[in-house]
Amino acid sequence: MQWEVVIGLETHTQLQTRSKIFSGSSIAFGAEPNTQASAVDIALPGVLPVLNAEAVQCAIKFGLAVNAEIAPRSVFARKNYFYPDLPKGYQISQYELPVVGKGSLTVQVGDQEKTIRITRAHLEEDAGKSVHGASAGMSGIDLNRAGTPLLEIVTEPDMRSAAEAVAYAKKLHELVQWIGICDGNMQEGSFRCDVNVSVRPKGSDKLGTRREIKNLNSFRFMQQAIEYETRWQIETLEDGGTIQQATVLFNPDTGETRAMRSKEEANDYRYFPDPDLLPLQITLEDIAKVKAVMPELPGDMKERFEREYSLSAYDASGLTSSRGIADYFTAVVAQGAEPKMAANWVMGSVAAKLNEQDQDISASPVSPLQLAGLLKRIADNTISNKIAREVFDAMWAGEGDADSIIEKKGLKQVTDSGAIEAIIDEVLAANAAMVEEFRAGKEKAFNALVGQAMKASKGKANPAQVNEVLRRKLGA
Amino acid sequence: MSLSSSDVKRIAHLARIEVSDEEAEATLQKLSGILGLIEQMQAVDTTGIVPMSHSQDVVQRLRPDVVTENDQRAAFQAIAPAVENGLYLVPKVIE
Repeated sequence: MQWEVVIGLETHTQLQTRSKIFSGSSIAFGAEPNTQASAVDIALPGVLPVLNAEAVQCAIKFGLAVNAEIAPRSVFARKNYFYPDLPKGYQISQYELPVVGKGSLTVQVGDQEKTIRITRAHLEEDAGKSVHGASAGMSGIDLNRAGTPLLEIVTEPDMRSAAEAVAYAKKLHELVQWIGICDGNMQEGSFRCDVNVSVRPKGSDKLGTRREIKNLNSFRFMQQAIEYETRWQIETLEDGGTIQQATVLFNPDTGETRAMRSKEEANDYRYFPDPDLLPLQITLEDIAKVKAVMPELPGDMKERFEREYSLSAYDASGLTSSRGIADYFTAVVAQGAEPKMAANWVMGSVAAKLNEQDQDISASPVSPLQLAGLLKRIADNTISNKIAREVFDAMWAGEGDADSIIEKKGLKQVTDSGAIEAIIDEVLAANAAMVEEFRAGKEKAFNALVGQAMKASKGKANPAQVNEVLRRKLGA
Repeated sequence: MSLSSSDVKRIAHLARIEVSDEEAEATLQKLSGILGLIEQMQAVDTTGIVPMSHSQDVVQRLRPDVVTENDQRAAFQAIAPAVENGLYLVPKVIE
């Protein structure tokens, strides 16, 4: 039987605020245990939560970025469950009326575009952390993380492969950083994905029973976990078994998923509106204010690059794949570089070097100003493209600006026609056989002669001039 | 809607409240009374009425995003039953 996998994602993004969602405690990462846990965060009796305005701004920004409905009135609810790192015995979340409603995100999967529907996004608080093995028979509880603001972003079950799920997660990861609501740090848990996976016979429109893979904090693990889980579910069904709804964990060491707990009992969260919090009202003016300070979104920027700079959709998409790359490219162009040439270099040489060293563009040793300086020398014919790559390598190695490297290494292109003619005369004299071949009609021989001339000039002769002089001398 | 004694036990378990069989029976009576009242209210036609999430018709006040709390760990942990290296200790959590 042919099977189809159906995937939906729930992503917890930690919002980039200074203080917690309902208290004035700091959310800085890595503090000593429980030193950033106030009376509200540890749930001492008589405390009241007060909502952080910045967390609401972040939610509005996200809503605008995915073209979603932003609820004029949304409600906080208590999600009740018992766990030691949840001191109140409930998590403050949103249930029936979330702050962000239906939206969508379009992602690139291979050479296909796919639109993933976003069901909702809601504000909630994070729980604390349990530290195991603190003391024999005991668990340690650190409540610094309790009350950290999260925006949970939920999709429809629209993805049909691990590749699609990872493409969506990566796109979302870039987007939340782009609009400045999340630092995207996956190691520190600022961006965590829960993936719902089910399988069904291809062509069926009924959803299979799903299992939820919890807390994936790397895209590679996400890919592996979905692939393993999909195989496991298909094999189970083909062997005549049934799938039980469950929460599973992915073990990176074995590459396997394993059921954590049966969901039936734990799932009874008994949501109800939190009487400690009034409904959240968001007016059209509030939304307009946020809109005014929103950065240009990647999709809009991509279209603008295509329109203003005549870039291909592929280039424009690559240049807007992250805020860092977009800012870098924009800075190179602002320094006077020709946009198409700048695009080729940022997507080509710069990206290749960064890839090689597995680094982010923020770590590039060549600044936009320096790159623009190099491109200027290509544009004004001081150096050829080929020599420019050599200069670029030297710049990357920290040998200075383009001009000083060109000067120091004597790489300046030879454009003096007398010098070029002299080189070509030598080449023609030394390669009589090739000349004969060319005269016999072999165009290939011409290219070989150009190559010889370029070689004789150590790559410094202007290629266009070499072509021209050579044709003239051969009487072609 | 009728409730059974085992429903009461389950609700108590979810809230981590220990109830004896007698208590469960007594609680069952009381809860059934409340449910009976709700059933009576269900008879009221509420078409077109927006569900209420708070008794007052006011909206949430927002707090500026400023860190106002300082570290009071020592004071809080002075009343905790068990602490170690700044952590609150609880019976081992088994996953």
